[in-house]
Amino acid sequence: MNAKRKTPGLVWTVVLSVICALYMYPIVMVLLNSFKVESAISTGTAFQAPTAETFAGFSNYVNAIASKGFLQSLGYSLFITVSSVALILLCCSMCAWYITRVHNWISKLIYLLCVFSMVVPFQMVMFTLSQTADQLKLNTPWNICVIYLGFGAGLAVFMFSGFMKSIPLEIEEAAMIDGCNPIQTYFHVVFPILKPTMISVGILETMWVWNDYLLPTLVLNIKKYKTIPMLIQYFRGSYGKVEMGPMMACIVLTILPVVIVYLLGQKHIIKGVVAGAVKG
Amino acid sequence: MEKTLKKYFPVFVLPTLAAFIIGFIIPFGEGLYLSFCRFTTVNNAKWTGISNYVRAITDATFSHSFWFTVAFAAVSTVLINVLAFYIALTLTRNIKGTNVFRTIFFMPNLIGGIVLGYIWQILFNCLLSNIAQPLLALNTMAGYWGLIVLMCWQQIGYMMIIYIAGLQNVPPELLEAAEIDGASRWQTLWKVKIPMVMPSITICLFLTITNSFKLFDQNLSLTGGDPNHATEMLALNIYNTFYARSGAQWKGIGQAKAVVFFLLVVVMALIQLKATRSKEVQQ
Repeated sequence: MNAKRKTPGLVWTVVLSVICALYMYPIVMVLLNSFKVESAISTGTAFQAPTAETFAGFSNYVNAIASKGFLQSLGYSLFITVSSVALILLCCSMCAWYITRVHNWISKLIYLLCVFSMVVPFQMVMFTLSQTADQLKLNTPWNICVIYLGFGAGLAVFMFSGFMKSIPLEIEEAAMIDGCNPIQTYFHVVFPILKPTMISVGILETMWVWNDYLLPTLVLNIKKYKTIPMLIQYFRGSYGKVEMGPMMACIVLTILPVVIVYLLGQKHIIKGVVAGAVKG
Repeated sequence: MEKTLKKYFPVFVLPTLAAFIIGFIIPFGEGLYLSFCRFTTVNNAKWTGISNYVRAITDATFSHSFWFTVAFAAVSTVLINVLAFYIALTLTRNIKGTNVFRTIFFMPNLIGGIVLGYIWQILFNCLLSNIAQPLLALNTMAGYWGLIVLMCWQQIGYMMIIYIAGLQNVPPELLEAAEIDGASRWQTLWKVKIPMVMPSITICLFLTITNSFKLFDQNLSLTGGDPNHATEMLALNIYNTFYARSGAQWKGIGQAKAVVFFLLVVVMALIQLKATRSKEVQQ
């Protein structure tokens, strides 16, 4: 019986290993190409690994970092993501607490609007949103987080209020009776309980903001500010010959931080995805 | 407590509400209004009634992109869910290295659509040139299947995670009971596991259908709608109507298309939720 069960297990492990190797191939391909000299990268030869003659060392990486405003874009992307996600987590959890604890028509309306906003495709609001952002001068990397807060509020408020319903009311009431005002109650009692949900929501929102292309393209002035996705699309679309080597290095440098963060925190990320799906 | 908290409305709700109004409610309302207008900016709108909608619906590129999107969404939804469910089933059977496999399958999700599209464009073009076929920019069939392969590659991992969570929640007593009653593997799958993970199926179908319908980044960077708008999906068609066409009438038509698109997504989502929710069993 035991022997019978072990063999199929082993076969599956081998089969899945092969599938996984194929699954990783597109990323490996870019990685290999990023080490080739410019003349060796062409449409028909992308599958060839670098040889002794075509090996370029890290020169593509040096070029990518030195030129093309890569570091600047990395900085913008990083700043926008961190500021937006922090703002979303703080404001939306406060809002969600209020609307789950105060039962009136405003709370209900806000909740319904948040659910509604999750289904609406971005194309519906893209033009008017970019115009509104221009009028209110919310079109720089320093304050685009307000737009992200507005557009990301739906998912965040929805997930936070789903979790909030399971927190026992007694704890908060005890804090209030002990003399805390709502702000103190929120920061000393509710906020710590919310930590796991914060991580889940934070991960989902980070994945969205970091990879978002269309919203920053329409809102920011592309000549002045480019986030990473904007930079990559911009250089592909530009006329004339694009240097492929540094481009490949750019892609690897864009993927690398994400992969490292993922490998470090994958437990939380997978939990976050499951929580998001179950609540959604 | 409710009374005291009520007074703190400005602190707790106002920041989010203000941003939500700026970022969603105003643009949405304006968008709805502008779909009945001729305009180039928000301030020079002139009411024109439903003529934008008539032009939008009779626009040949729009109906083509609609059918292309439907064909894409149907095939990719089925493929993604079947494959993701199958992998989830395999990975919940105590195989060595499950965690590593799960980690790898999920990884493409973290990469943005623009970068993904670019990577796959390089890969497909190399493949096509090696088998002496026209490249993506001239090859509609390759563009269509390319988008499907790309979407599968990206989404299978995500859906797999949700299915694994669902399968792990199936009570072991039920599976044991089925085994004792002499159910075959196939019967256990259809009569026990699938009904029990119906909530996960609802969610995954909802996510894959809406994602496929709303797909933009991958479409833009893999094919860009080439050749000649043949692989343009709805979202990209609307974007191009807004920003790639000259003439004052196009922004209004684009906005009307966006409203039609929005209604389509909502109707699709509602139908699907209703259809699968009714199959869920109480746990």
